[in-house]
Amino acid sequence: MSSKSKFGEYGGQYVPEALMPAIEELTDAYERYVLDNEDGFMDEFRGRLRDFGGRPTPLQRADRLSERYDREIYLKREDLVHGGAHKLNNALGQVLLAKYMGKDRIVAETGAGQHGTATAMACAHLGIDCEIYMGRTDINRQRPNVFRMRIHDAEVNPVDIGSGTLKEAINATMRDWATNVEDTHYVIGSVVGPHPFPKMVRDFQSVISEEAREQIREQAGRLPDSVVACAGGGSNTMGAFHEFVGDEEVSLFAVEAGGSSLSIDEEEGLAPHSASLSTGDEGVLHGARTKLLQNSEGQILESHSVSAGLDYSGVGPELAHLVDEERVTPVNVGDDAALEAFHRLSKLEGIIPALESSHALGYLERASETDARSGDVPDLGDLVVVNVSGRGDKDLDTVIEESDRRDIDAAPSMEVFEG
Amino acid sequence: MSGSEREREIESKHESDIEAAFADEPALVSYVAAGDPNAEETKEYVRALVRGGSDVIELGLPFSEPIAEGPTIQQAIRRALDAGMTPDRYFDLVADLDVDVPLVCMTYYNLIYQYGTSEARRASEHASGEAASQRGVEPFVAAAAEAGISGLIVPDLPVDESAPLKEACDAHGLDLIFMVAPTTTDDRLERMLDRATGFVYVQGRLGTTGARSDVSDETHVSLGRLDQTELPKAVGFGISEREHAREIVGGGADGIIVGSAFVDIVASQENVAERLEAKASELKAGALEARAEVPEPERT
Repeated sequence: MSSKSKFGEYGGQYVPEALMPAIEELTDAYERYVLDNEDGFMDEFRGRLRDFGGRPTPLQRADRLSERYDREIYLKREDLVHGGAHKLNNALGQVLLAKYMGKDRIVAETGAGQHGTATAMACAHLGIDCEIYMGRTDINRQRPNVFRMRIHDAEVNPVDIGSGTLKEAINATMRDWATNVEDTHYVIGSVVGPHPFPKMVRDFQSVISEEAREQIREQAGRLPDSVVACAGGGSNTMGAFHEFVGDEEVSLFAVEAGGSSLSIDEEEGLAPHSASLSTGDEGVLHGARTKLLQNSEGQILESHSVSAGLDYSGVGPELAHLVDEERVTPVNVGDDAALEAFHRLSKLEGIIPALESSHALGYLERASETDARSGDVPDLGDLVVVNVSGRGDKDLDTVIEESDRRDIDAAPSMEVFEG
Repeated sequence: MSGSEREREIESKHESDIEAAFADEPALVSYVAAGDPNAEETKEYVRALVRGGSDVIELGLPFSEPIAEGPTIQQAIRRALDAGMTPDRYFDLVADLDVDVPLVCMTYYNLIYQYGTSEARRASEHASGEAASQRGVEPFVAAAAEAGISGLIVPDLPVDESAPLKEACDAHGLDLIFMVAPTTTDDRLERMLDRATGFVYVQGRLGTTGARSDVSDETHVSLGRLDQTELPKAVGFGISEREHAREIVGGGADGIIVGSAFVDIVASQENVAERLEAKASELKAGALEARAEVPEPERT
């Protein structure tokens, strides 16, 4: 085991033996094709991201938000990537890599459905078979994405065990991979899992910060004071942060899902939030040592967030390491504040953000509040880049229902239009 | 190598309880999930499996994310967790078991890793204050040894990450049992055999645990690759019938590992102990038949 697989003490390769040869093969392919651009892999990847994916995405100054918060707010528009989320950056990279490796079948898990949709799209684009595992709870709250995956000819397999969310979908996909490992590649959807996934997914996503860094210097004439991104597993987070990690003057804020409360119900095995970076303990899940929501015995807790894409009990090992190193500041925004932020951006800027991204946007409000709480919140500075990781079309059913149930102030009434 | 040569070789070095269980005849390694449906019944079931001829008992310590298990064992683990099984209760259960076969703990790495760090652990009576304050795997291994566990199987801990646990197992006299998959490369096999003690767990096919209706060709290939090791070789994944047992032992295995077929009986909640004993007898008989039928191959 080389130190290449670790971030400090985090990371590693904790998977069943049956998968280890495939992981060694993938590590080799990652080093050759991604790091060394063998056979022009990275050139082809960048070309397809441009022509098929619609990159680069704009870095847009948000005029009305800037006015509201009395700071310069720039939005990195990953919602404009083909498919509507940053997820395509990684899915396209991995599906293309699978083709270079000679694999003819793809499996993937999905929470919100954005990764599943992106993987299904990339598979259709590159002509390779695709099966997606998705928890039953998530299928029910993300139906439009289920249909999109089916339309792209992917099989969607419901996972009924446990809470029926991302954690169970990952378990099911690992089992499929362990059964069909010889011809199948598992496209992990975030910077989680065994090495080389956390590094490889970060590399595919770091196009976000590569573009943003160049764009902000061009448009604002300097680096930002802070970069803000939501964090579930952490793929848009690492993508938005990576090229700024070396810029010590830029603060990096990972906004986790505060859910309904930061407390933990050990008796029920539930965390009513998904804030593993700020409240989790070190442990081993899904192939890596990282920060986890777990009870005192090491059983993994069910997480919660109104946003399916953040609803995960673990987090990427590199983020866990950067938090320990105090390079990344973990903060959190609860369900209600995220819903408020969803409606705020929709009204003020004409952009409907994903519920995941709404957490990042919710932190702008929290950091700017002048009430007693604001003293606890680290300052964002005068020039802020927020990663709008995806668009919110997939979330409309949830948003309408939850805004009504929770009496969210900013939400329009939909009642009169209902049949 | 003949049976008696094997015995001499095993006796010539330090022989663990688990290795000894394979010495005389083909061994039956039987799995149940501890705490499914509760601790008291688990003890009864283990005794029934031993009466039926089990030579080693693999007792699952349930983890909430059992990624290597198929549906049957996943559900058993869920039932055990819902009934309140914890590592400390598991060790109490093991300490209460007065069976004279070696017990192997099968669990996932996070439970082992967390054991020494938890608040519950600090308050518990299972270890000295010094052990309880350590971060890492040693407190778990110490508690397992004290309770009477002879070995560990950790399906999400490949040989590459196993150094700390191996060290703790050596210090406390436990075997750390490694799984060999059909996909395992020669290079990996060599590294595993360098560290393995007890027996080698040969995964009969790719995929997850679960009873199947036939014996995979992959099993025979895997066994062939293990010819050179002195350690006993036991095959698991998919064995549920007398005929499977006979075929696998006939194919050169020193033992069979059966889980889902027993867990199915536990799940049915009908005459469980009686049926477990009968199933174990059937499988053991299949294994013994094979050894009686198959002449020892000549070594060239």
